[in-house]
Amino acid sequence: MNDPVDVLIIGAGASGAAVAWSLADTKMHILCLDQGGWMNPAEYPSTGRDWEAKFYGEWSSSPNVRGRPEDYPINDDNSPIKVVNYNAVGGSTVMYTAHWPRLHPSDFKVKTLDGVADDWPIDYDTLTPFFEENDRMMGTSGLSGDPLSPLSHPPMPQQPMGLSGAMIGKAMNKLGWHWWPSDTTVATMDYEGRARCINLGHCTPACAQGAKASTDITYWPHAIRAGVELRTHCRVREVTTDEDGMASGVVYYDKDGVEQFQPAHVVIIACNGVGTPRLLLNSVSGKFPNGLANSSGLVGKNLMFHPYAQIYGYVQEPTDANRAPPTCLWSKEWYDTDLSRGFVRGYGVQFVRGAGPVFEAVVSEQKGILPWGADHHRVFRKLNGHRIGFSAICEDLPEEHNRVTLDPMLKDSHGIPAPKIDYTISENSRKMMEHGLARGREVLETMGATDICTNSPIPWGGWHLLGTARMGTDPERSVVNEWGRSHDVKNLFIVDGSIFVTSGGVNPTSTIQALALYIADQMKQRLANLFD
Amino acid sequence: MSVATELTSAQRADLRTIAAMIVPASDEYKVPGADDPVIQADMLATLGRDTAPVAQALDHLAKLAGMPLAELEPARRDAVAQEFRASGGAAAATLVRVVLQCYYRDDRVLRSLGIEARAPFPKGHVLPEGDWSLLDPVRARGGTLRRAT
Repeated sequence: MNDPVDVLIIGAGASGAAVAWSLADTKMHILCLDQGGWMNPAEYPSTGRDWEAKFYGEWSSSPNVRGRPEDYPINDDNSPIKVVNYNAVGGSTVMYTAHWPRLHPSDFKVKTLDGVADDWPIDYDTLTPFFEENDRMMGTSGLSGDPLSPLSHPPMPQQPMGLSGAMIGKAMNKLGWHWWPSDTTVATMDYEGRARCINLGHCTPACAQGAKASTDITYWPHAIRAGVELRTHCRVREVTTDEDGMASGVVYYDKDGVEQFQPAHVVIIACNGVGTPRLLLNSVSGKFPNGLANSSGLVGKNLMFHPYAQIYGYVQEPTDANRAPPTCLWSKEWYDTDLSRGFVRGYGVQFVRGAGPVFEAVVSEQKGILPWGADHHRVFRKLNGHRIGFSAICEDLPEEHNRVTLDPMLKDSHGIPAPKIDYTISENSRKMMEHGLARGREVLETMGATDICTNSPIPWGGWHLLGTARMGTDPERSVVNEWGRSHDVKNLFIVDGSIFVTSGGVNPTSTIQALALYIADQMKQRLANLFD
Repeated sequence: MSVATELTSAQRADLRTIAAMIVPASDEYKVPGADDPVIQADMLATLGRDTAPVAQALDHLAKLAGMPLAELEPARRDAVAQEFRASGGAAAATLVRVVLQCYYRDDRVLRSLGIEARAPFPKGHVLPEGDWSLLDPVRARGGTLRRAT
């Protein structure tokens, strides 16, 4: 049997890395287990001529397509939005767009403001110092002073506007609509050992330059130097409990597939909004027959994705295509509730600079705008390098029927039941998506774009996995309390996106990490009576 | 049913034919077709996990054609190709994607498009900084964040 540790963290991604680093200064024995391994930037797609082809195989954003040994299958047949993620040290920060908005203050008070869903048990101001700390640790770039976004202080200047950004800015100005350079985690100057961005192109599937922040190159080196132990290729099967109903450790399979028990005094789960409920539901015992921390029955329920309504077209002038990070600007013009639009809440917008030649050819052929035969070349030259896009990130409200359960048949390579997703897009979200497409069309037409196409929702767009172990003060209506501790198991904490009460209308990673740092801080302040 | 690990010679011949129908050679743009031997060799060498669906697509194509695709008279061949794309599902989509992903990384094709034939790393690209005074109207309009209190 392994020696007991003080704190066991499951998952080395966005939130697991942040909580590990923050707790390291307690000098406790902290161990993190991750089912993946360390990444090798020399093998990242942008180092090869086949960089685009890899997106369709071993570097697909879908674990079902990718099928690496580190991945687990997900049955998402009953969902119009498919789950995408990455399993490695760094988690899905290895494979994300680096777009870095924060939830807005209003996102924490949706019940008070709009009479829907629930308010969070904490507010934006509580998280402000942790947003700032996280921005320093991840290394963000941006332009402070956006009048419609929470105030941030990125330590690096914003990305260049590029050709696409200028077109978007001019069109938005013509329409009188808000836009602003995005905060991103792309380093625009040398920063803490990371080299500045050199525009390798579409940086979503990992950055060979190391300019894009992922926690394997930001938090983890600091955490490990501070004494945190990180054990890779260790897949946790279940959290175990003792006769008092406290977490006693975990059962996991090590890199050789050997079953191990790791005792721990505190267990922190950081496995994302699908992996966390999967683990809790797999942690069944006599005392917890419906899964661990699930007396509310809400583990796995209220899954929120952010349906993406994407519209794009082709302008006469060249765009940045694949010669820049994919996103550069955002808009918050339609972020807050305006009931005259026919829906409650709102959406953020991220503008898309363009696409590479293979992606352009494959997608346009599928859309039916790129013909086979003699006219192929003429049409391709009209499309390639001329694409520009608009994506509305629609706030998904919590609904209990949108959920993660355990699939009765599907299992991973260790025989652990796989997650099953049941999800539908709400009528409110549909109206929001239609509104976003209509506004996007106006923007594109203002630019003179033609051959306009839509993806609504983006089918492989389940990047944001939220809400399946929500936080709250009422144990009957939430899974963890206002500082991330399970209501049922007093030495069990959850720090990932599953604790979101509502989703906001922006990419959530910045807020996920701020929450993880906040929970770590709460734990440190309460060490003497952590289990009271 | 066994899973194909490589294509038969008949399947390769049909792949060549359908590839040329998707992307024919062009004198105007000075580019080869997707049936070019170098591009075909790239496809076969890198099929990997796509081998089974591509083989399945080619089997479907062979059924529709009833004979080697290249031996059909042109109008019939076009009709078969259209039917193949319409009815071939995910396997046909994979075949088309394999053709396009190998075609659009060929040096000659990229040069014709004005794209450097190289991996993105380590050279990267240069992006114009742009004129940030474009933000002046946004600043002038201002705005406030919605809050509960």
